[in-house]
Amino acid sequence: MNKTFVNRSVAESNSYVKAELRKEKIGAAVRYFILLLCGLVMLYPLFWMFSAAFKPNHEIFSSLSLWPSEFSLDGFINGWNTGTEYTFGRFFLNTLWYVLPKVILTVISSVIVAYGFARFDIPFKKFWFVTLVATILLPTSVLLIPQYLMFREMGMLDSYMPLYLPMAFATQGFFVFMLIQFLRGLPTDMEEAAQIDGCNSYQLLWYIVVPMLKPAIISVALFQFMWSVNDFLGPLIYISSVEKYPIALALKLSIDVTEGTQWNEILAMASIAIVPSIVVFLIAQNYFVEGITSGGVKG
Amino acid sequence: MSKVVLENLTKIYSNGFEAVHGINLEIEDGEFLVIIGPSGCAKSTTLRMLAGLESISGGSITIGNMVVNSLPPKDRGIAMVFQNYALYPHMSVRENLGFGLKLAKVSKADIEKQVNEAAELLELTPLLDRLPRQLSGGQAQRVAVGRAIVKRPQVFLFDEPLSNLDAKLRASMRVRISDLHKTLKKTNRSATSVYVTHDQTEAMTMGDRICVMKDGHIMQVDTPANLYKYPNNLFVAGFIGAPEMNMVETRLDRTGEGKCHLAMSGQILGLPDAKLQKVLANYTEDVVFGIRPEFIKLADENSPKDEVIKGTIGRMENMGAEFYIHFTVEDREMCTRIPAHIVEEKLLDSVGKEQLFHFEMQNGHIFDKQTEKNISL
Repeated sequence: MNKTFVNRSVAESNSYVKAELRKEKIGAAVRYFILLLCGLVMLYPLFWMFSAAFKPNHEIFSSLSLWPSEFSLDGFINGWNTGTEYTFGRFFLNTLWYVLPKVILTVISSVIVAYGFARFDIPFKKFWFVTLVATILLPTSVLLIPQYLMFREMGMLDSYMPLYLPMAFATQGFFVFMLIQFLRGLPTDMEEAAQIDGCNSYQLLWYIVVPMLKPAIISVALFQFMWSVNDFLGPLIYISSVEKYPIALALKLSIDVTEGTQWNEILAMASIAIVPSIVVFLIAQNYFVEGITSGGVKG
Repeated sequence: MSKVVLENLTKIYSNGFEAVHGINLEIEDGEFLVIIGPSGCAKSTTLRMLAGLESISGGSITIGNMVVNSLPPKDRGIAMVFQNYALYPHMSVRENLGFGLKLAKVSKADIEKQVNEAAELLELTPLLDRLPRQLSGGQAQRVAVGRAIVKRPQVFLFDEPLSNLDAKLRASMRVRISDLHKTLKKTNRSATSVYVTHDQTEAMTMGDRICVMKDGHIMQVDTPANLYKYPNNLFVAGFIGAPEMNMVETRLDRTGEGKCHLAMSGQILGLPDAKLQKVLANYTEDVVFGIRPEFIKLADENSPKDEVIKGTIGRMENMGAEFYIHFTVEDREMCTRIPAHIVEEKLLDSVGKEQLFHFEMQNGHIFDKQTEKNISL
């Protein structure tokens, strides 16, 4: 009697486990299906851009298919040559000429200011910190006109200076804030040990703080890189001669000058234009995630 | 010469909290001084002021012959070992050890030589090229100690260096640090050390002298043996020693013939002549009587009458070689430690039974209840 009871309960529990496993599998399948669907919806425009770059112009708006019926590289070739006297490579370089200084200056100035906030006693520190946070909330467009007038007085219009010079003064509060939060989460023991080992404040920053801040610094650089490459308004306001146009303006340029817009050329160049951001992101991805998560969580 | 002198050292934080109340302390050249106290007694603050990591609000600190009050840490001739090692995570062990020398612009060959020397002393040679995250706790702490040695400081500062290690490792590191101190002293290198801890085993085994602190005051500075045998006050008596000293509030009664005895719930304990003189000189009625567990024995026929008290055995804890026997005298709880063989012979199954105990009064202490001072020293 006892034995049959045991046998039955083993059989029952086996079928129960099987049912549970089946349920779990179905659940997982449903979840993945929904995720895939959402992913596709979000990525479709990107795929469309890539595929459209290989289509002849007339096919782009006439079919939803991602696969070109006629495969053509004309978009890339003509797009690269642009309608101006410069090739697209020139606009790439132009972009680099202001993005690189912008990233470098942002990192240097933000790290110094964040270090000051996080580790030193400054008179009215709380007030300054609140002011800093307040500047994050300030819409950038508010500053456009006064800044434009200022740079005009300084004779810097139609140069890259207005685009990156402000970064030398840690003007992007968001980055400073992010670094401060990250620094607050780091124990000060290492810095104290280094102080005893003989570091002054600058050596402390260079030898100890910067290496420990590396993940956060990479995040800052990456954000700034991507935002700057994508920036349209800044160059639009300050850069007037075509030879200095960055990618963002150059893409718009092709829409303006040609009467029947060559969309395949624009999409081909747009596809190329996002390559640097993707490459940089992939390289820095591990640090990037570490930087934003610990910056946020530990603060 | 690397004598350290603290004079009227005070720390008041910006919110008005006075953490250290004008303490005075002299640490002799080559001495190993342990500062001990409960959490929040300002022992670490004191050490950090000595290191220059914390500003001082008053008084002065002298290291060697130099007043260092306002000198930055690097110019004080000190090296410090931190509780959580504080190794530079991005530098190899070799770079960690040599970092101080590199900043001092010592030549590469000399750095190499000194790093290797320290590594050998601490058996770190095979680990020199590892990163701190590849080290175990004990190894990391050895590197931290090595980093201090390489600098050849006048004074070593230790801030609870072993509290992150497990018990076994802690015991072996304790011995290692003590041996290191002796080795340095033998080779005529400066070895004055200030060691902060809350672990009394560390304090008792490592210190030449121990400084007991409480709430920013120094309670007593003395050798481990003296601290144990002759505590100045109630706090030190209770803080040092495990199991704790028995302490009971009681009354000190004068009797006719210039004698004194302690009233213990209808029974009395007489004071030996040696204690009597001192106690009478500072006589007060309300006292706390303290006696360490090992000075309470089972009474026999030779025990003096006025040192024997009847108690009821409550709980017996078997510690292996000995038993902790908890007993009550009326409502007063006390504890004694008795060798296991005696317990097995005489006291088995005696929980709840009455038993006569012999209090060795020459080893007891009488504290003034008001001032908490030991009036029997």
